[in-house]
Amino acid sequence: MSRSTPKSDNPFYDASLNARHFRAKAFKLFTLSSIVFAISFLLFFLGDMVYKGLPDFQQAYIKIDVSYSEKSLASIRQAVDKKYRRVVSRSWLRGIPRQVEANPELMNTTQTRWVLLNHQVDQYLKGHYYKVKAKNIKLIDAMQKEGKVELQFNEIFFTHGDSKIPENSGFKSAIIGSILTLLVMMVVAFPLGVMTAVYLEEFAPDNRWTQLIEININNLAAIPSILFGLLGLAVFITLFGMPRSSPLVGGLTLALMTLPVIIVSARAALRSVPDNIRQAGYGLGLTKIQVVQDHVLPLAFPGIMTGSIIGLAHAMGETAPLIIIGMIAFIPDTPTSIFEAATVMPAQLFTWAGMPERAYVERTAAGIMVLISVLITMNTFAIYLRKKFEVKW
Amino acid sequence: MKQEKNTKIQVRDLNLYYGDNHALHNISMDIQENKITALIGPSGCGKSTFLRCLNRMNDLITSAKIEGEVIIDDKNIYDKDVDEVAVRKRIGMVFQQPNPFPKSIYENIAYAALKHGIVKKGASCDELVEKSLIQAGLWEEVKHKLSEPGTSLSGGQQQRLCIARTIAVQPDVILMDEPTSALDPISTEKIEALMLELKKQYTIIIVTHNMQQAGRIADMTAFFHMGDLIEYAETETIFINPVEKKTEDYITGRFG
Ligand SMILES: Nc1ncnc2c1ncn2[C@@H]1O[C@H](COP(=O)(O)OP(=O)(O)O)[C@@H](O)[C@H]1O
Ligand SMILES: [Mg+2]
Repeated sequence: MSRSTPKSDNPFYDASLNARHFRAKAFKLFTLSSIVFAISFLLFFLGDMVYKGLPDFQQAYIKIDVSYSEKSLASIRQAVDKKYRRVVSRSWLRGIPRQVEANPELMNTTQTRWVLLNHQVDQYLKGHYYKVKAKNIKLIDAMQKEGKVELQFNEIFFTHGDSKIPENSGFKSAIIGSILTLLVMMVVAFPLGVMTAVYLEEFAPDNRWTQLIEININNLAAIPSILFGLLGLAVFITLFGMPRSSPLVGGLTLALMTLPVIIVSARAALRSVPDNIRQAGYGLGLTKIQVVQDHVLPLAFPGIMTGSIIGLAHAMGETAPLIIIGMIAFIPDTPTSIFEAATVMPAQLFTWAGMPERAYVERTAAGIMVLISVLITMNTFAIYLRKKFEVKW
Repeated sequence: MKQEKNTKIQVRDLNLYYGDNHALHNISMDIQENKITALIGPSGCGKSTFLRCLNRMNDLITSAKIEGEVIIDDKNIYDKDVDEVAVRKRIGMVFQQPNPFPKSIYENIAYAALKHGIVKKGASCDELVEKSLIQAGLWEEVKHKLSEPGTSLSGGQQQRLCIARTIAVQPDVILMDEPTSALDPISTEKIEALMLELKKQYTIIIVTHNMQQAGRIADMTAFFHMGDLIEYAETETIFINPVEKKTEDYITGRFG
């Protein structure tokens, strides 16, 4: 029935209602369109990254004869037939002496191998801009028809560090660098942050000092991250003489940055533990440490973990402070300890994004996909932890 | 200072301030051993505050300042050389909202007893848990599910679990702050019966705003009003023949 039934028939008739309902609907549409807008941005970004990055998980290989001989070891270009020299990857050829070293029987034989093609040919095969001579394009096309040129899984991306030769560059040293850096960060920031929160929440008297500390912690969380890089540079590298570019310094710097986040979330988690649990403990003659350690902390644990994982995820994407302490340099080797020079995932992406070769654009997008997958995994894990350890009340 | 033989707690000139709020005025009373003493009075009159003075729970409230003496077994518990943790072990407390630890039923009872070194892990601990649950009248209901969380029990069962937990650390005195006000009538009845049983071994002080409850179980009743102890006598006297006009007005429901 229409809302505009005349007044006399309908005792509930209210002339102003039509306009009011209309406004409510308009408002709802307005809020809905904001979220649609936000989601479409996100989808566009993700779609673009996947579109650009997905092809990078494959690389072009060619099946040709490789001769292992004194001559080819002396001058590696000799290892393949002359007509292939402009299409195969220099970096693959440079690996020949290592192949022989690992497998001496190869010496003085000729083997048919899948040889890595260079990045220009790779881009040609993927349908992008390329700089390959017409003669070589013909060659590649012919070989492809015979099934001797194909795209294979890009192992190099996960087993190599950075390289000046695009097809030889990989994300591994950045991944390891990130892991080491974040390990250092967590080992420092987690206990420090949780202990600080426990002190402030459970032990500290409520006086001007603690209020001052509290305000400072909240302010610390709002400081631009690059300043932490400057602090790290001044304190850890210049003052304490720790190795530049190392995960140790990077981790400590990120720890400074993440500490306020962990403290604030841990305090919120502790505060949400109902006070009557503490009362119960004290009423039984337990000491403060027994109450906090065995009853309050376990209840606050999921909240603390969630906060810390979000802090960790935050630190994982952090680049600016790490650039300041030198984790941006060209680092081809995978670090084996926290004292060696290393780079981290976002810093590696930053480096690649500045390279002129098209192949690096793909590398960048693929790296972003890896980084985002790790972040999503971590956030999922945080939610899982929260659900799993949440004590039903 | 020598106490009368059956007096467990002597309160002398107790004053308590929450900042500027003078919440208890010059309270003096003797609480008898193995009796149930009920504290009644309109809400906000200081019953809970007084109760917390008896096991130094008010130490946890930073704004609270206490003057006067609470003498238990010839010793003022507010003396400098008395540790409040030791006081609370001897003077147990049960709260209005059942507050079991979010742990298993077994751990709820064993935890504090183990920490106080009353028993060691193993058979003696199992025995204590069983004994405490039997005393609290909960054993039959939970003996099959000791490892289930304490919070899975019903409200009344949780409250009896809290009582069992208090008994397990072997106190002399049990303080109860409106222990049944969050419970249904049947659970309330069970807990009242339990208190009558427990008073043979313990001295019980209970805050209640339910006067029938005080009438049913208390030997002695104290009536508080606005931070003053108005009248303290045997329960029958308070209910049938109060001396003070205010008590009579409260009992007959004229205010409160
Ligand atoms: N933790 C506290 N801090 C400050 N004032 C309090 C606190 N607890 C109680 N009071 C005050 O003390 C008075 C007595 O309260 P309370 O002992 O809880 O009364 P009752 O238990 O009889 O209802 C009230 O005026 C109350 O506002
Ligand atoms: Mg009260």
